[in-house]
Amino acid sequence: MAKYLLLKHYRGAPAAVNDVPMDRWTPEEISAHMQYMRDFAARLEGTGEFVDGQALAPEGTFVRYDGEGRPPVTDGPFAETKDLIAGWMVIDVDSYERAVELAGELSAAPGAGGKPIHEWLELRPFLTEPPTITE
Amino acid sequence: MNEALLRSLTPSVLGILVRRGADFAAAEDAVQDALVEAVRAWPADPPQDPKGWLITVAWRRFLDATRADAARRRREDLVDEEPAPGPVLEVDDTLQLYFLCAHPSLTPSSAVALTLRAVGGLTTRQIAQAYLVPEATMAQRISRAKRTVSGVRFDQPGDVATVLRVLYLVFNEGYSGDVDLAAEAIRLTRQLAAAIDHPEVAGLLALMLLHHARRASRTASDGSLVPLAQQDRGRWDTVSIAEGVEILQAALARDRLGEFQAQAAIAALHADAPVAEETDWVQIVEWYDELARLTDSPVVRLNRAVAVGEADGPRAGLAALAALDASLPRHTAVAAYLHERDGDLPTAARLYAEAARKAANLAERDHLTRQAARLNTRLSR
Repeated sequence: MAKYLLLKHYRGAPAAVNDVPMDRWTPEEISAHMQYMRDFAARLEGTGEFVDGQALAPEGTFVRYDGEGRPPVTDGPFAETKDLIAGWMVIDVDSYERAVELAGELSAAPGAGGKPIHEWLELRPFLTEPPTITE
Repeated sequence: MNEALLRSLTPSVLGILVRRGADFAAAEDAVQDALVEAVRAWPADPPQDPKGWLITVAWRRFLDATRADAARRRREDLVDEEPAPGPVLEVDDTLQLYFLCAHPSLTPSSAVALTLRAVGGLTTRQIAQAYLVPEATMAQRISRAKRTVSGVRFDQPGDVATVLRVLYLVFNEGYSGDVDLAAEAIRLTRQLAAAIDHPEVAGLLALMLLHHARRASRTASDGSLVPLAQQDRGRWDTVSIAEGVEILQAALARDRLGEFQAQAAIAALHADAPVAEETDWVQIVEWYDELARLTDSPVVRLNRAVAVGEADGPRAGLAALAALDASLPRHTAVAAYLHERDGDLPTAARLYAEAARKAANLAERDHLTRQAARLNTRLSR
């Protein structure tokens, strides 16, 4: 099994095909989208491939150490051009092909007009523990 | 087996062990072991005297652990013979445990975890699941909390207000995992109300019962939030409401008003309205004034602005809102609502979308996005 992170971006990903902000959908379209996401997660729990899923607030802060005895420096939020993560799902699957298949399904979630969003999701493999048998 | 009933014995059993001379941390571990053992053994072989059984098993576990500990440190003389049972002052013990677990030296999250385990009798795993953290993290949090209070004398009087804050936090967390934290908070507050006669304890219990009564109607079948005005009031739990109102009235009659009684009074006024339109908003505004006087909280003034908007119209609500700091959580959402009531749909739609971006939880974000979508759909027709 291999773990993958599916990243959804508020911005920083290439534009989706059906790129309409959610507050411009109808309430029914929003409900259909939410239902699709819930069903997707529930199905992966059923197949034993779901690990975790979380959503993040859009506004964040950059923080760094500023030297002994000084409070940390904070910066941001930054201008529109920066990459911004909206949330993630962690899956544990048998192969890269399966991970791509699932990311594709998630990207097909319905949006405006009830049509798939075709949203770009970022798929990142976890770095794993070294195998016990190496030769 | 009724697990809540079993767990309700936790504080008195723990209190007895501490009175017998066990230190709090070791006694708490021993009681936890005994509870786990009871869950395993009782269904097949229920004891005649559940409490006596728990005391015996917990005390044996305590002695075993102390002996093992002593052996490890090669100090066998630590362990005495079983001392005579000390005086049993159950109600006092329960109250002392609440004080200890909500001790001001603890952080809120530690106090919550320790209360749920030592007073509530929940397992570390259950608490970890409820708060969505790994079990090892929760175990560390609890053992650090126990170390923090290890020097506190068990018979030291405590502060009821800190206990109430902890219980309020537990209730407000709602529930996830297999433990219903809201129901657990109600159980623990009931138990506290039995141990101490205090109008604010009664006020908090009433507040919890009145809000819990609305739970079934608060979310739609698809998980989305249903605002108070649109809730199906036929699904409100009238038994809980009646109990909450009765407890509140008895507390208010004692004329020692506090913030929980005032909050409960507002909840009771909502519960009293058969339909949303019949809500007595004028009285609700008066209670918010009391509450603002008691707490000076900006959140209270924000909620007051909503009530003013209902009592005196949206313009008055917006005027009340204008006096408040716009960076307050939910300020934008309230502004959106009042602008919609005032008929300014484009502004309301824009503010709902902005409020959704600032929402602190998913259910609220979805709700606010839907509100924006609803207005935008109407405007584009």
